[in-house]
Amino acid sequence: MSPAEIYKKLQDQCGDGVESFEAEALDPFIVIKPDSLVETCQFLHDDADLAFDCLSNMSGVDYFKEDKIQVVLHLYSYPHRHKIVLKIDVPREDSTMPSVETVWKAANWLEREIYDLLGVVFSGHSDLRRLLMPEDWIGHPLRKDFVEPEEYHGISTRRESLLK
Amino acid sequence: MSLAGYEFEVQRDDGLETEEMTLNMGPQHPSTHGVLRFIVKADGEIMRTAIPDVGYLHRSIEKISEKVGYHGFMPYTDRVDYVSAMQCNQGWAVVCERAAGIEVPRRGEFCRVIACELGRIASHLLSVGTMAMDIGGMTPFTHALREREKVNDLLEDLCGARLTFNYMRIGGVAWDLPPGYTEKVTAFLDQFRSLIDEYNDLISHNKIYVQRLANVAVISKEEAINYNLVGPNLRGCGFQYDVRRDEPYSIYPELDFEVPVGTGEVGTLGDCFDRYMVRIKEFEESSKIIRQCLSMIPEGPVLAKVPRKLKPPVGDTHIRIEGSRGDMGWYLVSDGSEFPYRTKIRTGSFSAMSIVDKVSRGLMIADLIALIASLDVVAPEVDR
Repeated sequence: MSPAEIYKKLQDQCGDGVESFEAEALDPFIVIKPDSLVETCQFLHDDADLAFDCLSNMSGVDYFKEDKIQVVLHLYSYPHRHKIVLKIDVPREDSTMPSVETVWKAANWLEREIYDLLGVVFSGHSDLRRLLMPEDWIGHPLRKDFVEPEEYHGISTRRESLLK
Repeated sequence: MSLAGYEFEVQRDDGLETEEMTLNMGPQHPSTHGVLRFIVKADGEIMRTAIPDVGYLHRSIEKISEKVGYHGFMPYTDRVDYVSAMQCNQGWAVVCERAAGIEVPRRGEFCRVIACELGRIASHLLSVGTMAMDIGGMTPFTHALREREKVNDLLEDLCGARLTFNYMRIGGVAWDLPPGYTEKVTAFLDQFRSLIDEYNDLISHNKIYVQRLANVAVISKEEAINYNLVGPNLRGCGFQYDVRRDEPYSIYPELDFEVPVGTGEVGTLGDCFDRYMVRIKEFEESSKIIRQCLSMIPEGPVLAKVPRKLKPPVGDTHIRIEGSRGDMGWYLVSDGSEFPYRTKIRTGSFSAMSIVDKVSRGLMIADLIALIASLDVVAPEVDR
């Protein structure tokens, strides 16, 4: 199915949850409201014509100037060999959105990584801990306004420039 | 160490009290292929679970990309998966080319595929060799490494480096094939063919080896897809899918090769042995691809004209390529400036690592080693 057909089918099924569709982009994407994300994803996963059984990638992007964090899901269907991109916007302050771990197990670690590096809290996640950074790290490094701390446990993070 | 969500009950039918042990495996365990730690909850020899603790090799490669620009990030991609750096080079090059609309010269594409398939052979050799070593056989490791050195020599001829190549450029490759390269590679492949049989005699059909792997850590096809297992791990479950064939990129559609899958030949479909065997079979397929490329390679330039300060239009792109450890997803967001706004790399080892917790339940501790080795997890690729 083409992205436009996928969008149409999705709109018929869960109209309110679907915000907009961008067909002109390099990878056409659908913007989904956070509240209805889990039902939408469950439908995408279960429906026989769509059958998005694979969560291929999940990334968070900090759009600092627009004051939002965008979570991007790249879905792929092995039976039909088609793909679609879902985007979910959450505010930078109080960035909370539902977890899709119940639909795709792969989301468990991907969401943990986004939580770790961008500070998006996934409600309903079974084990939301930091994945890559140390547990006692303060802040979320992939946020655009992140400032590296001066030191970590007495280890200085500053190095003199070798170019002087 | 907080372990929220991991509460365990030791259940016994016979009413005997038993204590659950919490063991620490790693971070510097010889069989974890990099710095990686498991918290093993065990009841005697049986594991309740093995919780992976990753991040020891986190070098913030994605953050670095936001600071160094498109061309400058190429050497860093080598470090994403330094066991098979060629495909990481290719992933970054392909995603940038798609974002900026750059066409790669045909000869450049051939050079890329030759380099990548040599890289795949080298990576699988290490995987097969270390797997045998983890199981307890030292000799096969030396045999595999001997051949890997030869592949490294070939790659050194190509780009001067043996591990982190920095061979590809956005728009093609840095250097053309050196003189006499076709003969050199062909000579290696001729000699390598008989060695595949040697590996089979030495390890694949070795009774002890088979018994250690057959029926161990079985992963079903549905489970593998749900956890987004990719590459040889997914094919090991009997599911025939290869990005090179099914979502073709580069010149792969013109090439003729098979996609080997697990068959459950010695045990259950999707066990450790199937995943191992897929890699052995891929030696043959990669050799086939290289031979075809060497005979089909056209004359011409290898590098397109690309602006020094690359500024792809505003937007985001996602591509997938088949790395040695399977489907790698590269996501690039451009804001129109000369620095990437955001780069995300989803690697094969990352998803393989996330399934360990689930599959390890009920396994023997010794089988955890077999499981990690068969999943071919490379720690830097998980942490990036």
